[in-house]
Amino acid sequence: MFPPVPNPTTGPQTSKFGEKDLIRRSASTITPPAERQTEVAKLIDVSKCIGCKACQAACIEWNDTHPELESNTGIYENPHDLTPDMFTLMRFTEWENPETNNLEWLIRKDGCMHCEDPGCLKACPAPGAIVQYSNGIVDFVHENCIGCGYCIKGCPFNIPRISKVDHTAYKCTLCSDRIAVGQGPACAKACPTQAIVYGTKDEMKKHAEGRIADLKSRGFEKAGLYDPPGVGGTHVMYVLHHADQPEIYAGLPNNPRISPVVEAWKGVTKYAGLAVMGVAAVTGFLHYMVNGPNRVSEEDEEAAERLTGDRSS
Amino acid sequence: MSTDTEYDVEKGDQVHPGKPVTVDRYTGAARINHWITATSLVLLALSGLSMFHPRLFFLSALFGGGQWTRFIHPWIGVVLFFSFLGLFLRFWRANLWRREDGAWLARARDVVTAHDERLPEVGRYNAGQKLVFWSMSILIIVLITTGIIIWDQYFAAYTTIEQKRWALLVHSIAAILAISVWIVHVYAAIWVKGTIRGMVRGSVTGGWAWRYHRKWLRELVARPPAGPTEDQKKTAAE
Repeated sequence: MFPPVPNPTTGPQTSKFGEKDLIRRSASTITPPAERQTEVAKLIDVSKCIGCKACQAACIEWNDTHPELESNTGIYENPHDLTPDMFTLMRFTEWENPETNNLEWLIRKDGCMHCEDPGCLKACPAPGAIVQYSNGIVDFVHENCIGCGYCIKGCPFNIPRISKVDHTAYKCTLCSDRIAVGQGPACAKACPTQAIVYGTKDEMKKHAEGRIADLKSRGFEKAGLYDPPGVGGTHVMYVLHHADQPEIYAGLPNNPRISPVVEAWKGVTKYAGLAVMGVAAVTGFLHYMVNGPNRVSEEDEEAAERLTGDRSS
Repeated sequence: MSTDTEYDVEKGDQVHPGKPVTVDRYTGAARINHWITATSLVLLALSGLSMFHPRLFFLSALFGGGQWTRFIHPWIGVVLFFSFLGLFLRFWRANLWRREDGAWLARARDVVTAHDERLPEVGRYNAGQKLVFWSMSILIIVLITTGIIIWDQYFAAYTTIEQKRWALLVHSIAAILAISVWIVHVYAAIWVKGTIRGMVRGSVTGGWAWRYHRKWLRELVARPPAGPTEDQKKTAAE
């Protein structure tokens, strides 16, 4: 058992991280702090999850969201998908293991992975609408959000959702407001089986090793940690009993990375585009400087008069 | 347009003999149509650029901030689309490619050095103007199509995220090209004196028509004279 984050004191606390700890800020250039805070992480052990949705309830309660009441669409997911009011969602998959012919009920808690290289932040056009703290948390700052939805296109995990109410993007904050005062994320706090644990990234990796060894001893030879290198690793990691095929867990991407299309759009297009428009404008200016205006001459006017004169005669 | 051979002559085009000769080139409706298109294009470029490059985000202040920019940009796009459609329907015939256009383009050096006397006679539009017309037409179709795909407020549900990513990339590239074509268009109008008057007051001088669009002028002059217009009656009275 991983020791849970102790209950906080009731006295006032100062925030453990803030503006000065930003390592990335959308659509802005910033100087990252010289010293990086210890990276934090949430570890979700899929093999321990019982699908009780306590994490969802805790998330709703802490973030004070009000997911709409929906109707049953024939699956266990409730609501049917992540929404601007539901930052985390248990996704249920019935998977028949071809090796054992056993039906396995795979339950994965979906939500923001807090990528080390966040695609949402890369795509965001609004200065300071998405920030990344040096402890690894990727957070949305709603007063700066313009609601364009570029983060949705940047995200390799299909996580952000735009609210139809205030037209800004929402996702899991990793309970940055709780972590800032020494508490753990609400979902981890509520989890009855310790399928969700929270600590430093190193602690989580070490804890995962023990869990993976245990799973292997129980016959899950392919058990492993999901900390995808394509996005520089994540600050929400999974222990999967079938780590060789993450896609069976409700489409968890096998090798997530920021889409090359997004990279091209935010990379070469941005610079080449400004260059092309700049060159067009400068060429026009230089052309005018060298050649001067193109004017109609007196002879042209006279020629036109002769031509029209011919007609009237 | 009285006959098929007079593809180049638009309704309202009219020569007024005198000193100098003036030629009606754009009707009031055409000019209003043009300036609605121009205004929306400029607003689209400003709001679009603010969402394209972080250094240009300050432009969003012109529209009341980022949220307003995000909201208004697609609607201006709709205005532009229909406004440009109006221009397209007015001018597509006069912009059909003709034999002399290839010859005109081949003399590009004479075009940019203002040796218009060495160029073949062209109709209502020269090859450069036609290229602007057709590239804008294509780009605007691309922009409205990709723009609707990324208009998340109303159309998020109809395409996949991967399709939206491509739409964003294509939309940006098309917008860059459209702005560049617009720069060429505006520059040409500034460089060739007497052109802007055509789109502001509706008429150009005979010399302008003779120098740049001689075939069009000849066609107008050769046309059986129409009944006097209000303008001509006024001129006659003076």
